[in-house]
Amino acid sequence: MSGSEVVIVGGGVTGLSAGWWLARSGVKVTVLDKFIVGWEASGRNGGGASHYASPLFDEEQRLWPQMDELLGYPTEHRKGRILIAMTERQWEQYRFIAERHKRLDHPVELLDVKQIQEAVPLAGDNSFGGIHYKFGGHANPQRSVQAYAWALQDLGGKIIQHSPVTGFETAGGKVTAVKTANATYGCDSVVVAAGPQIPQLMAQLGVDVPLAAARAEMIITEPAPMMPLGGVDGHKIYGRQTLRGNLAYGGGPHEWLDVDATGPAARPSTPLARNLAKRLAEMLPKAAHLNVIRSWAGVIENSPDGRPIIDRLTSPDNVVVASMSSVGFGLSPASGHAIRDLVIDGKCSFADIDLLKLSRFDGLEKDWREKRGWMPIS
Amino acid sequence: MELNFTGTDICAVNGTRSAPEARYDVVVVGAGPSGIAAAVEHATAGKSVLLVDENPVSGALMGNDTPLYFGGRMTAATQNSERMLEAIFMSMPDLEKAMDAGAELLLGTTAWGVYRNGPGVASLPDQVVGLADAERSWMVGFGTIVLATGARDLAMAFPGWNQPGVMGAAALQMLLTRYDAFAGRRVLVLGSHDLALETALVAHARGIEVAGLIEVRDAPQGSADLVAQVKAAGISISCGQTIASAKGGIDGVESATLTSGETIACDTICAAIGLVPSIELVDAMHGPRALNPTRGGYIPAGEASVIAVGDCAGLTDSGFDHIGYRMDWMRALTAVTTNDTIICQCEEVTRADLIGIQPPNYLPRPAAMCARSLETLLKDGPANPDQIKRLTRSGMGVCQGRRCRDQVAMLLALETGTPYGTIPLASHRAPVRPLPLKILAEWDEPAEMEAAWDVWFGIPTQWVPVEDIGTPYQDEHREMLYTGMYK
Repeated sequence: MSGSEVVIVGGGVTGLSAGWWLARSGVKVTVLDKFIVGWEASGRNGGGASHYASPLFDEEQRLWPQMDELLGYPTEHRKGRILIAMTERQWEQYRFIAERHKRLDHPVELLDVKQIQEAVPLAGDNSFGGIHYKFGGHANPQRSVQAYAWALQDLGGKIIQHSPVTGFETAGGKVTAVKTANATYGCDSVVVAAGPQIPQLMAQLGVDVPLAAARAEMIITEPAPMMPLGGVDGHKIYGRQTLRGNLAYGGGPHEWLDVDATGPAARPSTPLARNLAKRLAEMLPKAAHLNVIRSWAGVIENSPDGRPIIDRLTSPDNVVVASMSSVGFGLSPASGHAIRDLVIDGKCSFADIDLLKLSRFDGLEKDWREKRGWMPIS
Repeated sequence: MELNFTGTDICAVNGTRSAPEARYDVVVVGAGPSGIAAAVEHATAGKSVLLVDENPVSGALMGNDTPLYFGGRMTAATQNSERMLEAIFMSMPDLEKAMDAGAELLLGTTAWGVYRNGPGVASLPDQVVGLADAERSWMVGFGTIVLATGARDLAMAFPGWNQPGVMGAAALQMLLTRYDAFAGRRVLVLGSHDLALETALVAHARGIEVAGLIEVRDAPQGSADLVAQVKAAGISISCGQTIASAKGGIDGVESATLTSGETIACDTICAAIGLVPSIELVDAMHGPRALNPTRGGYIPAGEASVIAVGDCAGLTDSGFDHIGYRMDWMRALTAVTTNDTIICQCEEVTRADLIGIQPPNYLPRPAAMCARSLETLLKDGPANPDQIKRLTRSGMGVCQGRRCRDQVAMLLALETGTPYGTIPLASHRAPVRPLPLKILAEWDEPAEMEAAWDVWFGIPTQWVPVEDIGTPYQDEHREMLYTGMYK
């Protein structure tokens, strides 16, 4: 496979990680992006890296602590997370999760209010308790996405920005080239990691990929003094203290959207910033005086079961499709590795990812979005 | 696990938002002359009108150069909100006209975001503006919004600009004429267009010593009449040069050194190079805008229900190319700034790190990182200030880019050898003023919001640990964490 050409459609974190992994194996990689790398959800998320529900979890955990060194650029990765329960019900739920981690030998510790405040001085005495994951962590999405892109270039890979993919050329049951408005890129293999645009692109190849897009939102405060542990979740919000000190948090209801082949038309934030502010002020009451200085939104796609689709198709047989189903950033070191394996070896070398095959949706009803209520507001 | 879909996603935003607290036919943001005139006009025509103005802003916000570039030269009087409020009424007698016409007036009330349905959002109950005072925030619906938000100071870096005493012309005029709360005594003015000349005359008339005007071009730029008035007041205009550095002590600026080598004693350096229309609300709502060099920069391009008036709609067009003028200043100041001159004060981003696309100092800079620069970034595509902001943090601070947004774009234009207008405007985002979490928070949110709230999408199968699939733990997991989902 060394020396062959792989074209990756989509310069989000998944496509870039895949490209980096392929370039590390000596493959010639070209990443095509409609705008700038990481401009959509890959650069707009909470930066969490603790996805224990995923078959890619072990690889995610193995790789993150090495990523700065492997990529050659800072990602701001930090290890560990704390979940703070602000209601009795949340405390019950978090203890359930902690028990489950103990069963699987994941290192977790229950924390009382005093212990929470030691690790998270912005917390108050109003919590019910917390759990400390001594695994997982968080990183800076924007910096990490650029780090993948630069590392890929350092290995000889190409990134072509401002070049939306318009279609494919096929011959003999394979994709032979990927087309943009201005150029045609010949290829031996293709990775389609174009987020919400995957269904439209794959439809051109006669492949149905069931995904529905939605908008989610975040807010960020001015910097607070650095806390011993910045990966603080809980109270049904997620986020992190950046290494500068800002508190960046998201969560709450999403809005389903239709996204056409050109991608999200806009990513407007809404007054949901107020509901995020309420929960963050409740969870970290000693931060309640901090100014919120921005809010933003991102558009992500979900599969019908909310799990990723990472699969090498049978026809055309040189195409890998990859959607992380709204949970892509943290898993990116591992998803890129899995995609690399599928492209080069046809099989993931480090985990059983059959669960993520597209074929699990073969019998899916046509009106799956309607049935789930995943329709845009009309 | 069996899932019984009902056609309703209870974790979607649909139907969870609160209705606005009130609705007005017209909301006017900004109670300067243009805003008052608009409020009077609409109220007289029988419309329900709400007129809001963020002033007086808190001393803390003024300290963050919000909304204007106050440069820390406010007296303690600005901490007294009652006195400030009184000062506004004294200086703006027309406010009473607006109230007499039937407009409702709220001072000390910030409009921090405008929201309406459109591309990417269909869940809002109405087109709404977010308001906040010192106690709380709330949403107000409107038929038409009139933006009379004025213009803000253009800041530009030079060695020593990041200290108290370097401020903007609009801020100086506001402190002098509205609040009588300027803490300086001797002012050096940068620029010689009408803004600079008027500012010098206002300061002079208020008994402030004006140490002179500095003009980068070879001749004074403003109207002959104003130039004559300035000269008649005994104020010199030094042309063909710029400020080389400012020196100071614990209270900020003490002197300025010019490129001629001359040193001028002053406690304040007033940047009067230009004003930028305050289009934060328009840009944050993704409203259309256009660059207009003779009207001061980006201005709203106009929409049926979003009307800009006054300086927000663009400075009075006298044919003067403000952008060309600013770029001349930028070229001259670029020649005196050094690698370690701070460009973004909030995040302490130096010129070298901005142009080098380097991360902040608390991050490592391995060899590969050091080898990256604007030059290497440009090989991937044209310069984009939002991308550079992500990498360098310039413009990411608590002043929300008010001090560096415009000069970063100018610097990028110079560095890339492209016209200013080809550099995209770095995005503005709500809240367009810094707002404490406890003020922004919707404390009395609808029960529907809490019912829909999940940390993520609330898809039961999304988070079931892979090891638990097909085991009894799967249903336990769902029962514990997703009660109410898809039942």
